[in-house]
Order: sequence, then C-alpha cells, then structure tokens
Amino acid sequence: MSGQPGSDPVTCDVVVVGGGPAGVAGALTAARRGLRVVLLDSGARLGGQYFRHPAVAVRPGTAGFDRFVRQARALDRQARVLLRHQVWAVSRDDDLVVHCLAPGGGAVTVRCRGLLIATGAHDRALPFPGWDLPGVLTAGGAQALLKGDGVVAGRRIVVAGTGPFLLPVGAGLAGAGARVLGVFEAGGGLGLARHPLPALARAGEAAGYALALARHRVPYRTRRAVVAAHGERELEAVTVARLDRDWNVLATRRIACDTLAVGYGFVPQIDLGVQLGCDTRADVDGSPVLAVDGAQRTSVEGVWAAGEPTGVGGWRLAELEGRIAGLAIAAHAAPDAPAAGRVTEALIRRRGRLRAFGRALQEAYPVRPGWRGWLRDDTLVCRCEEVPLGRIREALRLGATDARSVKLLARPGMGWCQGRVCGYAVARLAGEPPGPPRRPVVQPVSLGTLAEPPHPLSWKDLP
Amino acid sequence: MSDAFQITVDGRPVPVTRGQTIGAALHAAGVRSWRTTRLGGRPRGLFCGIGICFDCLVSVNGRPPERACLLDARPGDEVTTS
Amino acid sequence: MPDLIVIGAGVVGAACAHYAARAGLDVTVIDRGPVAGGTTGAGEGNVLVSDKEPGPELDLAVLSRRLWRALAEDAGPGGFEYEPKGGLVVAETPEIQRRLAALAALTAASGVEHTVVAGEDLRGYEPHLAGGLAGGVHYPQDAQVQPMLAAARLLGHGSIRLRTDVTVTGFTRSGERVTGVRTDRGDLTGDAVINAAGTWGGEIAALAGVELPILPRRGFILVTEPLHRPLVRHKVYTAAYVTNVASDAAGLETSAVVEGTPAGTVLIGASRERVGFDRTTSVPVLSRLAAQAVALFPALRDVRVIRSYCGFRPYCPDHLPVIGPDPRAPGLYHACGHEGAGIGLAPASGHLLAQVLTGRRPELDLRPFRPDRFEPALRPDRFEEPA
Repeated sequence: MSGQPGSDPVTCDVVVVGGGPAGVAGALTAARRGLRVVLLDSGARLGGQYFRHPAVAVRPGTAGFDRFVRQARALDRQARVLLRHQVWAVSRDDDLVVHCLAPGGGAVTVRCRGLLIATGAHDRALPFPGWDLPGVLTAGGAQALLKGDGVVAGRRIVVAGTGPFLLPVGAGLAGAGARVLGVFEAGGGLGLARHPLPALARAGEAAGYALALARHRVPYRTRRAVVAAHGERELEAVTVARLDRDWNVLATRRIACDTLAVGYGFVPQIDLGVQLGCDTRADVDGSPVLAVDGAQRTSVEGVWAAGEPTGVGGWRLAELEGRIAGLAIAAHAAPDAPAAGRVTEALIRRRGRLRAFGRALQEAYPVRPGWRGWLRDDTLVCRCEEVPLGRIREALRLGATDARSVKLLARPGMGWCQGRVCGYAVARLAGEPPGPPRRPVVQPVSLGTLAEPPHPLSWKDLP
Repeated sequence: MSDAFQITVDGRPVPVTRGQTIGAALHAAGVRSWRTTRLGGRPRGLFCGIGICFDCLVSVNGRPPERACLLDARPGDEVTTS
Repeated sequence: MPDLIVIGAGVVGAACAHYAARAGLDVTVIDRGPVAGGTTGAGEGNVLVSDKEPGPELDLAVLSRRLWRALAEDAGPGGFEYEPKGGLVVAETPEIQRRLAALAALTAASGVEHTVVAGEDLRGYEPHLAGGLAGGVHYPQDAQVQPMLAAARLLGHGSIRLRTDVTVTGFTRSGERVTGVRTDRGDLTGDAVINAAGTWGGEIAALAGVELPILPRRGFILVTEPLHRPLVRHKVYTAAYVTNVASDAAGLETSAVVEGTPAGTVLIGASRERVGFDRTTSVPVLSRLAAQAVALFPALRDVRVIRSYCGFRPYCPDHLPVIGPDPRAPGLYHACGHEGAGIGLAPASGHLLAQVLTGRRPELDLRPFRPDRFEPALRPDRFEEPA
C-alpha cells in the first residue's frame, strides 16, 4: 500500500470486483496474507446470485451458505467491502484504476496493483413470442426474488428452459407455496446420466431437488419448451411445445399461468476483462470467457479472474478459483514470502475435477438451433429497442454479415441493457457464436457524474 | 427501522419488508408493470431481477428512472409509474 | 466482367457504386467485412455545410447536401432517417460571435444559407441551451442521416453486386494499367477500380504501388439513454469545433457537439487525437466530452450515458479528401480520406466520379482532390514545408 495516511489517493494491493463465492474467497485469501484488499459489489449484501439472501436474516437451505457467511464476516474485518458500488470501467495508467459509482451516484475511483474479476454470470434468455409480457421472468430473476426478497414470483408458475438450474428454481417456488405447473426442460433428459462424473458428484443434490418436485407433484418433462407467452397486459398462459432433439416444435398445448420462470443457461460477465484487453476463449457452448492460466491469471499483467467469467462451473468451482487467485495474487505481491500459502497441487487437482464437472454439465444441456423456429417476424428479439425478428432479417438482407453490423443496421443491443439480454440470440441469428462484448461503459453513468472529477479512494476511506 | 413499512405507488400504499427492493415490493403487491416502452407502449416490470435487463426502470421520489430490482425500498418512498 | 469494382462498402463506396450503377455501369462492391463496418459504422451521420470555410470542400459539401436530399426523396420515408434538422453553432463570447458571423457571411456566396442569432434568441432555437452564450449562427441546410442504413440502402440499387468478407490482397495489372483486384477469394477483373477504403485507403493505394498519406484520427462519441421527449433539436456545437476540425494537432482536442437522434438518444462528441488504431477507451476523454456537453446543455446533467464508441477518421494532411483518377496507376480511382466529413461528402464524391467514369465533365473541379497532390514535385505551394 503506498501513499500517505490521510486524504491522498491510495493504491491498494488488490481490488476484487464481485461479492459472490469467487470474489469473497479471493478477497479473504489475499487479505489473510497481509494484502490490502478492497471488494466492490453492486448489491446491497454480499452473496452474488448463488448466496443471495434477505436483509432480515433467515437461514436459507443453500448448500455452503454457512461457510460463505463465515467468510463474509471474516472479510468484513480484514478488508474494505464497498457494497452498492457499481463498477463502470477499469483503465490503466501506472496502476489499474477502477471507476465506480457510489450509492447516490457519485463517482469514486480505486487505484490498485492487482485486480480480481469475479463478476459472475446472468441468465441466458432466448426470445419467443410474448416473452416481454410482465409475468415472464428469467429463472434467475424468480430465484432472486425468492432468495433475496422473500417474494414468491407468482401463484401459478411454469418453469422452463434448459439446465440443472431449473430444478432448484422449481423446487424452491413449490416449497414456498406456489403452484408449479411444470418444469419443462428443452434438453433430452437429466443429461447427468450420460456423464458418469457429474452423476457421481451431484447425484445427491439433483436427486434432492427431484424429490422435492415429486413431493409437490410438480411434473418434470424433458424435450418440452415454452414457445409462446400469451396475455393482454400480463401473462395469462403459455404454449408448451414438445420438441425434437434440435428443438423444433412437434406438438403444442396451452397452460394457463400467471408467471413463467425461464432460462437457458448462463452468460458470464466479462466486460471488465474485455475493456482491459484480456484474451478470451470460447467456452463449451461457444460463449466468450476470459482465458486464464493455472494461477487464474489473465493475459493482462495484474489482472486475475475467477468463477463464471472464466467458464460456467457453479459456486464450488467459483469459490475454489477465487481462493487460488487470492493465493496467486499474494504470491505475486510477495514472491519471497514462505511457500506455505501457495497454490498446492491438491487445489489444482480439485479445480480440475470441478472444471470437468462444469464442462460435462454444459455439454449435457446445449442450446439447440430449433429455437429460431419459435420466432415470428414480429417477435421482439431486442426488448430495449423493440427490434423484431423481421428487422434483423432485413439487416441481413442489406449486407450485415455479423452481429455487430446487424446491430448497426437494426439497433438490437443498442439500448439500455447493451445487448446483455439479446446478445446471444442476435449473434446466432447472424450466424456466429457470441463474441466478446465491447462495453466501454459497463453501467449507465450520468453526464453530470462523468463530467466531475471522481473522488479517489484514500487512506481515510480504509479501515 | 421497523421490519415492515409502506411505500406508495402513484399514491397507493404498498407494504414492504425491510431489505426488499422496490421491484420486489411492487411485484409482491401484484403490480407487475410500471412503465411502458417508448415505441410500442408495451408494459414492462421485472424480467431479469438482477440489474441486467433494465426493463424495470422506475422513478422514485421524482428522480430519473433507476432499476427497481436494485433499489432498496425505504419508508415513504414515492413511486410514480408512467 | 464488371465495368467497375469498388473497394469498400462504407458510405463513400456505397455512394460511388450507387451513382455509377445509376449511370449504367456494371458495379461490384467488395469489402473485407460487412456493410458499413469501418468508420461509417462509427459516424454520427453528419451532413454539414456549417463547419467549412469557403473553398473546394465547401463546394463539395453544398453539392453533397443537395444530393442527400434527393436520395432521401427517392428512398421514401424511413429510408435512412434523413433529418434536415439544421445546425446551430454557438459562441461563448462576443468576439467569437463576430468571427462566426463573418465566416457565415463568406460562405453565403457558396450557397450556404444562414441566420445570425442573437444571444437572447438562442433559446428560441434550443430551449435547453445554457444561459450566457453570446449568440450563434443557424444553418438550416445541415442535416443528419443514419449512416449505416444510408450505406446499405445506397448499395441496394438493383444492379450492384455486393460481396462482403472479401479482402483485397493486390491488383492485377496490364503494364501500368490496373485491370482488377486480387483477393483472398480469387481475382476479379474490371475496367476501373475505386479505392473507397476510408481510413485504410492508404493501405489499398500501397498495394497498387502509390502513396496516399491517410492517417487515423480517433474520435469518441458518448451515447445517452433514449429520452422520451427530444431535448436537443439541432446539431449544436461550439465555435471551437470549426477550429479543431481544421487543426493539424496530433494531441487531444475536444469541442462540444451535441445532437439528438430519431432513436431518442443524444450523441455527444467530438474528440480528435492521432494515436494510431488504438481502441482503448480513455476515461479522461469521455469525462471532457461530458463536461462540455453539460456546460452547453445543463439539463443533460441527470441524463445517463449508456455507451460510448470510437472511430478512426481518415485524415489527410491538408484535410481534403482524395477524389479522382490516379495518374500514377491508370484505371485506379480514389474516393477516400474524407476525415470526419465522409458521410456528408459521400454522394458528391460518388456522383463526380461517376461523371468521370462515364466520360462526362465533372460538375466540380476535381483538381484540389487530386490523388498525386502529395508527391513532392507536384505539391502546390501551400502544402510545401516551410524552408
């Protein structure tokens, strides 16, 4: 840590962006080895998506939650945790400079030598007719309402999409008193069976959810998807289709419901890494993720990444990667320190096993191309700019050959969400896998805030 | 702060449990949309629930629109829908 | 075999192809990327007559603006969002206002319409402008187009063949004469080739063994959230913009340029710096652009920026584009190096080249835009280095 005590800007050893399992483990590991750590998270509480919990304490049944709480409490004592801080950019001069918006909108910069990107992932959405009706939520959105706010998303709920995440969502909603009319998995089965590794590792958890669904008489059906949502001002019903293996529609039926929770896997948030020029690689499903070495280091000096931004793999892997990154950052900061706190072979092996498991899960639940057939010309693909499929097709006719030129000609991804929701669909409709997102402004910043000199984090801001 | 309080939506009271977001409180109260889109006038409320999609933009106490799903409700907050 | 091969599917290449096709030529357009993937895709869509001093570029701009209007009429409503919104140049001090008014009077002879606006009348034009400005000049002929759509629509002319994702690797020659292009997808022969590669025009020229000193001049744009009601009606900019456009400095220059778009967003520029093709976002530049915009329109203070992007203007040392046949490589024509005015100047560039290609006398004298004007032996006096 350099700079004088007082109000001079300080350069911390590490800034961790993201307060989920990866970020908290990374920050705590580095702080325990004497590094000065600042953790930034946009939420009101630590936890990220997986360990999301309400302000008024109730102990959720989330696996690993007690340990996470212990880590978070320890972190509070050993590092500076800045909640409700949205990071909108990271730049570099002699240090890395993390630009964020404090609660109330003021600009704060935090200077650091090392940066750990632990920004997690969000649901991947696929468009279908009516998907913008109120009452249609992402699976993660329904889960966040339940876990963070204690709100059951609806009374009569349909859960749909693909991936093992649908199970806890369905089980959680049913357990909280909602009538879950079905969990519709577009893929060909639990998928786990084909992969002995995940079958062993997760059989317990999956079986637990399956049991919970059975207890609440919630049907779990594979090769089914919600291909349309209906309603005037709100969701009133969905069309559930039976699918072939490529997700083309074979037959349909209508189910009356007030809420749909839908998700097709996850999109890692890698904006900050892309801003800094970190190399990316294609994950199992073709999504761009940050390329890291054995020590979770990206291709850019001083920048590490852990958790979903390096590849979707769940909270256990995220936590382990965070720990490994924390150890690596500490070793990098003090190369002569005793080897006791170094990354061990055992950690590396365990990470290898968890990564293999994550890959296997992703391979078991691919997004198949037939979803394009669910769309009509007037189906919105971009919700923000209200761009229907027809306009995207017109852009392709006009000479757009990739997602970027489709965006320039027809505006999908130009609006508030900056393509986070429609990016996958637009890329696939343009005939390519989704590319690394170019978002120089990661969070909206008011012109007034941007115009004023930011408040640099100083000694007196630190514990 | 008590664990239960109220906010208003266009003058109508909505109950809140401390720590809930504005978006969650509205959704729980059966208010599922609170703005319409610029071009098609389509209703919008919660979608992603975690600050990604910006569907749930809402104006609180006269401030410019913010994401309701990220905004903690505070006693007496006045929400205006459009 | 096509009569004409156009390299570059940006707005300039599209205009060249469009007018040549209308003149009856058989045209093929090739681009290494998609339509409008280069500087066109980073443009604001300016069609301006207000930011140029009297001279060949202003003549080109006046002709071009007339052609844009005609193209928009042909395209019908919604073709490429042609908006004859007018420009408003504002002056911070009475001295600057005097100079603006004097410049406006000079350009009138070139066909530029204008109204000098007193400080107290500015809000009649722009209700949200900051107070305390000395005055301004309103230019009703300034317009805006959606540049990507414009390029795509111009290329939509029935007889144009568009081949995207084709990279030019060289030229085929017969003696001195250029007879076509070599590409990564095979050779393509034609009677004439137009280099409309924008900022990369110098690289294409080099493949033909000729030099064009075109350099990238980076600019950032801030884009705001979409507003329900338009806050800015015209293209509004400060007098400093005119000076910056004409400057040769390599270092950072910024001036406030603010305008609304049909999509509801407000676009905020303009920065100029020569840093090669570096795309790294500069937070200090974004901050300066924001500060200047808020100073001009205080109501923007609470409006959020949701994205920014940068582009690379094709900059020539004398700030004039390169338009015309290249005497050093017969058969090769150029239409590139338009710096920040490429959208505005595209139709005139294409129209004039089509006249040349079909053996007619071009409507404007093309000599100021000669491709070989940078050769030391041919350089006019005003471009010579001081002794």
